Amino acid sequence: MLNRLTDALNFQTQALALRSERQRLLASNIANADTPGYQARDMDFARALREATSASGVGGNSASPGAAGTAGASAGPNNLARTQAGHLALSMGARRESELLFSTAAQTNMDSNSVDMDRERASFADNSVKYEATLRFINGSVRTALDAMKSHNAG
Amino acid sequence: MSMFQIFSVSGSAVSAQSQRLNVVASNLANADTVAGPDGQAYKARQVVFQTALMGAGNDIGSAGVKVSTISEDQTPGRRVLDPKHPKADAEGYVTYSNVNTVEEMVNMISASRSYQNNIEVMSTAKSLLLKTLQMGQS
Repeated sequence: MLNRLTDALNFQTQALALRSERQRLLASNIANADTPGYQARDMDFARALREATSASGVGGNSASPGAAGTAGASAGPNNLARTQAGHLALSMGARRESELLFSTAAQTNMDSNSVDMDRERASFADNSVKYEATLRFINGSVRTALDAMKSHNAG
Repeated sequence: MSMFQIFSVSGSAVSAQSQRLNVVASNLANADTVAGPDGQAYKARQVVFQTALMGAGNDIGSAGVKVSTISEDQTPGRRVLDPKHPKADAEGYVTYSNVNTVEEMVNMISASRSYQNNIEVMSTAKSLLLKTLQMGQS
């Protein structure tokens, strides 16, 4: 029964991990706004979330997302195959380089830097708001679950 | 949590930009210098930024910045006819530094804007992380 509670949380957890990953990407883009030759990267959030939730099986196995990286586990479109003991796992939510997209600047730059600061700032603000929204969803589910567990006369 | 790396990414950018500001300051200070440390006219300096990967392994998700080199501008300095100047050459010309003040001011504005941007990124990340720490408590 607890499964159903944690399953709803699992989706939000994945979304939160991806949001923080995207936040990190955008921060890197903003940090490298003046680096010559830097190519701005971004992720397709909808696709990444779809892959992350289908890989961890939301609604099915509710193993904690951190446990998905045990040695030998290779499945999942966003997991690199780890066939040797020395292979490092990607941190949760981290993307393979091939899954990241290149964002192109609206106006080209002399030093072939493709960071569009206006868009990066907008995406950063957008992503922070959505991160906070996801946090609130999680808080809401937790509160709902705790309320449901409360005894009747506890107030 | 990958968000913690934002501090090292933006922090590296802030320190690189402050180094750039430093170089701009020394260029502007030496805009009218006749002789540099080597006896020659002061040469304008410029920082060269380079991406520095901060994450584990080859994780391109957290790309910080570092100053790879500080290059000297090799264009000849401004020559002014002033035969009475002690540093005047045989033809009576004094060679001043090759600092372009307008360029340096533009550079300064750009550096300070980038600095502000990165500070703002860090404060946003900080407030998000603090809210994450309170998850499930309110």
